Amino acid sequence: MKTVFKQIANGKAIALDIIPHLAFDEFAQEVITIVRQGGKIVHYFAYADGGAVKLMAVLRTDKLLLAAGCDAPESYPAFSAQCEPFHLFEREMAEQFGIKPEGHPWLKMVRYHANSRGLPDVFGNNYSHDIPGNYDYFAVEGPEIHEVAVGPVHAGVIEPGHFRFNCIGERVLHLEIQLGYQHRGVEDLMCNADVKRLPVITEGIAGDTAIGNSLCMAQAFEGLASLRPDAGARIIRTIALELERIANHLGDLGALSGDVAFLPAANYFGRMRGDFLNMTLLLCGNRFGKGLVRPGGVCFPMTDEDRKTLTERIKELKPQVEHVIDLLFSTISVLSRFESCGKVSRPDAEKLGLVGPAARACGISYDTRRSFPTEHYPLLDILENVELAGDVHARARLRAQEVLQSISIIQSLLKDSVKTECVVSGSFNPAPSSFVVTINEAWRGELSHCVLTDAAGKILRYKIKDPSFHNWNGLAMALRDTGISDFPLNNKSFNLSYCGFDL
Amino acid sequence: MIVSVILWFLAILLAPFFAAVILKVKAFFGGKKGPPLLIHYYTMIKLFQKGSVYSTSSTFIFKLGPVVSLCTAAMALMFLPVAGYRPLLSFHGDVIFILYLLGLGRFFTIAAAMDTASPFEGMGAAREAYFSIICEATFFMILILFFKLTGSLSLADYLSGSGPLGLWQTAGSPLLFVIIAFFIVLLSENSRVPVDDPATHLELTMIHEVMVLDHSGPDFGFIELGAYCKLFFYSAIVSRLLAPLNPGNPVLTGCLFIAALLVVYAAVGVTESVMARYKMDKVPKFILTSFVLAFFATVITLEFLK
Repeated sequence: MKTVFKQIANGKAIALDIIPHLAFDEFAQEVITIVRQGGKIVHYFAYADGGAVKLMAVLRTDKLLLAAGCDAPESYPAFSAQCEPFHLFEREMAEQFGIKPEGHPWLKMVRYHANSRGLPDVFGNNYSHDIPGNYDYFAVEGPEIHEVAVGPVHAGVIEPGHFRFNCIGERVLHLEIQLGYQHRGVEDLMCNADVKRLPVITEGIAGDTAIGNSLCMAQAFEGLASLRPDAGARIIRTIALELERIANHLGDLGALSGDVAFLPAANYFGRMRGDFLNMTLLLCGNRFGKGLVRPGGVCFPMTDEDRKTLTERIKELKPQVEHVIDLLFSTISVLSRFESCGKVSRPDAEKLGLVGPAARACGISYDTRRSFPTEHYPLLDILENVELAGDVHARARLRAQEVLQSISIIQSLLKDSVKTECVVSGSFNPAPSSFVVTINEAWRGELSHCVLTDAAGKILRYKIKDPSFHNWNGLAMALRDTGISDFPLNNKSFNLSYCGFDL
Repeated sequence: MIVSVILWFLAILLAPFFAAVILKVKAFFGGKKGPPLLIHYYTMIKLFQKGSVYSTSSTFIFKLGPVVSLCTAAMALMFLPVAGYRPLLSFHGDVIFILYLLGLGRFFTIAAAMDTASPFEGMGAAREAYFSIICEATFFMILILFFKLTGSLSLADYLSGSGPLGLWQTAGSPLLFVIIAFFIVLLSENSRVPVDDPATHLELTMIHEVMVLDHSGPDFGFIELGAYCKLFFYSAIVSRLLAPLNPGNPVLTGCLFIAALLVVYAAVGVTESVMARYKMDKVPKFILTSFVLAFFATVITLEFLK
């Protein structure tokens, strides 16, 4: 691909001025061309550098990572009008920096907060009212149309989010999802906090992706501060990330069984999720892996005794996992619920920019562990995992396969003893005027952090993109023309993060 | 008469206990210990000690719903020949009366649900009303058959007295279909898997549960007790059809009846454990299966067993 964009590497810091700074028109033309030719957006955000506001785009194909920037205009013709994948990024930018994309097909707030520059609000909100403020939800009209509003407070112990269904009878015509209830301002917090606090904040971005987020953060600062974790630390981190994946996938398979009222699988998966969380507990003393990953390595070693215990536990659990997965996918009444439910077509998935298992269930094979491997992944052979149907069954099946794959990965990593020098000091000095992007395959898919530093080595902009940022619209799409009573099933098959999105 | 009153009381009193048997069976299949067998009594005591919360936008209809649904279910039990003994009330045509008595209870539950103006409850009400219409068709088809076999329209004549319906009679084999059909009606009328999921917390998938979301405290207790009575009513009929035994000894009769009842409740539990619930749009087909079975049984009986 010939482009003026600069090719960059995952996790390698480069000087900010190496990244091409284009004129806005050229930048616009170039990003749209790349995305139209099949490129995907990893990041597209604005940042304030001194007095000026600039834009930065990080794009990817399955092999390449590209970056370029430009000066931000006050308003511009929306990219989304001609190229759909920009849609949510432009809305986010309008909300964070008050840059108005003219002619945006659906200019709606993302997280509901005032912009950081004190400009007049693009959405006409003054934020004195609750979400959704000055916004009328989509409404479908007709004599037999009814609207069902769910949330933000739900019956189960889950995070807040508002779902609005426009239905005709039992059939959903459109689902509108409104998030933002958990907006904590994590990105700003990361810019202003002391470097020692960064790992702790990162672990709280999304509690179920503590390892994924802290890996992204650690790799970013390892790039910026030229730290190099040893081979042992890289193995431990890989094991932790895979354990996180297994625990979450198993939990969701259990929840899927529970939603179709298939009890045995729901109970067994729930118990096994706990067993895998307890393995992370053995690694670092926290079931969700908090406190394990730090820039420069890990805080806890893995002794040979730990290794033996883990190996034994996995040996005992693996047949159980296989058995229950088999039970779930061979029960006819379960299959009849899963199959052809909540289909997302591949073209839609491409346009929405879906990532992770949700995308792989639609036939998009992209897996960060193969495309941009970090940690121990370059040395591992990660097989391609794809389903084609795009329905609940495909998403469930794919997760089951990933669980088994991750178990084999961990088993292979536990064979040899692991030696690592634990991280003691939490202090590090990021290089000045630098830029780094880190991408990891968290259990929900491509998770990416992007860090820019200023001339003093202080964080200028910390951008986080959770896979849920792409995938929430996939859920809305899956619900089109699906029975409203199948919403919980679809929701669980995606199981997206609220706080990862809300930041 | 006194025996009938005692049995009626016992039926209401023991209904929550039998419902807990289902939970135990489900727990067994799920590899759990499960709640104690008296769990429903504990819940009921807890609920009756609480106060009720009423929305300012709801009317007296909302308060009427739980009371009517409990009363109708308890009244239906008056017509039920428990363990083959004469029921408290019985007259020619009482089966149709019972059917619409339960229908009345459902009507008030639905009206109370609609009274809250919650979109969830309206949705549940629509589902409940739709599915119960199909159950009614099955019910009437079974009545036609029973009327043909006994020449009576009284529940007491079907299940008690000298010649209750039984599997070993001439019409025994079609009766097997009727038992299955009735079991399907039991599952759907009492919101069990695979029609409804009594254990779910997801409002969007509920049928019965979602209609009573806004009821609390004693009101909710009434609804629960009514539901147990209704389940007992249906289970007792199925168990009597399965085992219409009257050995003469009251203790033995009682034990046999309870054993047959436990079999029916356990069957509900097993059904709930081994299968997932159906997609909402497949539920009518499932209930229609019961109609087809009853229809088939009737045709066979009328044509071939004259």
